[in-house]
Amino acid sequence: MFIKRYSLVLSALMIASMSHAADFTVRVTNLTNGIYFTPLLVAAHADDARVFTSGQAASASLQAMAEGGDIAGLVADLTGLNATLAENPAGGLLAPTENTTANLNTDGTNNVRLSVVAMLLPTNDAFLGLNAITIPTDAGTYTYNVNAYDAGTEANDEIVNGGGAPGVLGIPAAPGGSGTGGTGAAGPDNNTTVHIHRNTLGDTDPVGGVSDLDARVHRWLNPVARVTVTVN
Amino acid sequence: MQIYKSTIVLLLGFGLVSCGGGGSGSGRATPVVAPPVQMSEFQITVTNLTNAQPLSPVALIAHDGTQRIFSLGEAATIGLEELAEGGDNTTLLAEGDANGAFQTSSSGGPVGPSESTQMTVAVTEAARASLHFSIATMLVNTNDAFTAANATDVSGLGIGGSMTLRLIAYDAGTEADSEAAGSIPGPAVGGEGFNVDRDDEADRVSMHPGVLSAMDGLATSVLSDQHRFDNPVVQVSITRVN
Repeated sequence: MFIKRYSLVLSALMIASMSHAADFTVRVTNLTNGIYFTPLLVAAHADDARVFTSGQAASASLQAMAEGGDIAGLVADLTGLNATLAENPAGGLLAPTENTTANLNTDGTNNVRLSVVAMLLPTNDAFLGLNAITIPTDAGTYTYNVNAYDAGTEANDEIVNGGGAPGVLGIPAAPGGSGTGGTGAAGPDNNTTVHIHRNTLGDTDPVGGVSDLDARVHRWLNPVARVTVTVN
Repeated sequence: MQIYKSTIVLLLGFGLVSCGGGGSGSGRATPVVAPPVQMSEFQITVTNLTNAQPLSPVALIAHDGTQRIFSLGEAATIGLEELAEGGDNTTLLAEGDANGAFQTSSSGGPVGPSESTQMTVAVTEAARASLHFSIATMLVNTNDAFTAANATDVSGLGIGGSMTLRLIAYDAGTEADSEAAGSIPGPAVGGEGFNVDRDDEADRVSMHPGVLSAMDGLATSVLSDQHRFDNPVVQVSITRVN
């Protein structure tokens, strides 16, 4: 019993110490060749909060972000959990190879974990996801590779038709350009929970084929983003 | 040994006296019972991150770090070939045992996309001090793709401590990636699993290049766009619970 109480005190002390060294920057770099990131959401949150979990269905807010780039729902959810947020640090789209930096200060909070999400364009419901890493407390620079997930909520038909609202089939926009006339690459996902994205298919026919995406431009391999945390 | 046991009895006796217990039987000699060996326990959760690649029953080998289930660039063992082509982990686990594993285990059954399976390892404290985990499973809608953790050191985990691994796909290099009807054992095809022939161009383990599928230009492939995958394909959470 004594040991148990002691460890509890220790945990409390560790959490307390975490909430001190909490002034840090988060730089997000787009590593891809031809994929744009919609407005990023950078969130420091409590130990038990999650923006998503692999193998579980996406929340409505995550679906809205992944299908249309709308982070308002996630912002509301996380604000309700007293998270520390940086919304849209790039002021719009983050183009291939570009980077942006957000500043966060979690003094006086219990926000010990960091998540970063944004939709990948042009895709149906792909998003980059850094999922609740423990925010380092020692001064220094820390690098994380970030993978592309499929929200599992929309068929990857790869047709650019402006469809960005949740539940509306299609790709909302192709900032770097795309083809037209695709007949539809795929039906509903086999795995309808959040999972690692199998990558876009694309084709090489700009005015036909199964996909409006260009297989030579719009594919990627993980990681798709790099997050660099600098603790001051 | 006899002296040692007497000493314990003596100490126990003092202990009872000093407690000042009033039980009527307190003066009776207490039989010496060896204390139970404290086992270190680990819980391993394996989650399938793919869209349409069920995993064959997961093989788990707990060992002291001196064995490998494969080496990149070298030929697969027969046990790995059987796992990677047909999803059968029996021989791979037997190889682990033959190499002196602390424990070998197989998950109950296949693990579908989005699903998880839990496994448990219990070892002595002496084994815990050098404990490594090797984990392997086949992506069954492929010719010979597997994913694995190859001797991950878990000896540094304290009680309650945990770590997360994200595993990539390898090609066993033992069967041509034809994706052809009859050559893939998974539900997409239901074809042949293990075949002793090694008809891949190079008989060696490498990273897997991914499946092509018919939609991506391999006309004879029976796989669809749904079966394609990118890394990581599996997430492993390891927690030391005791």
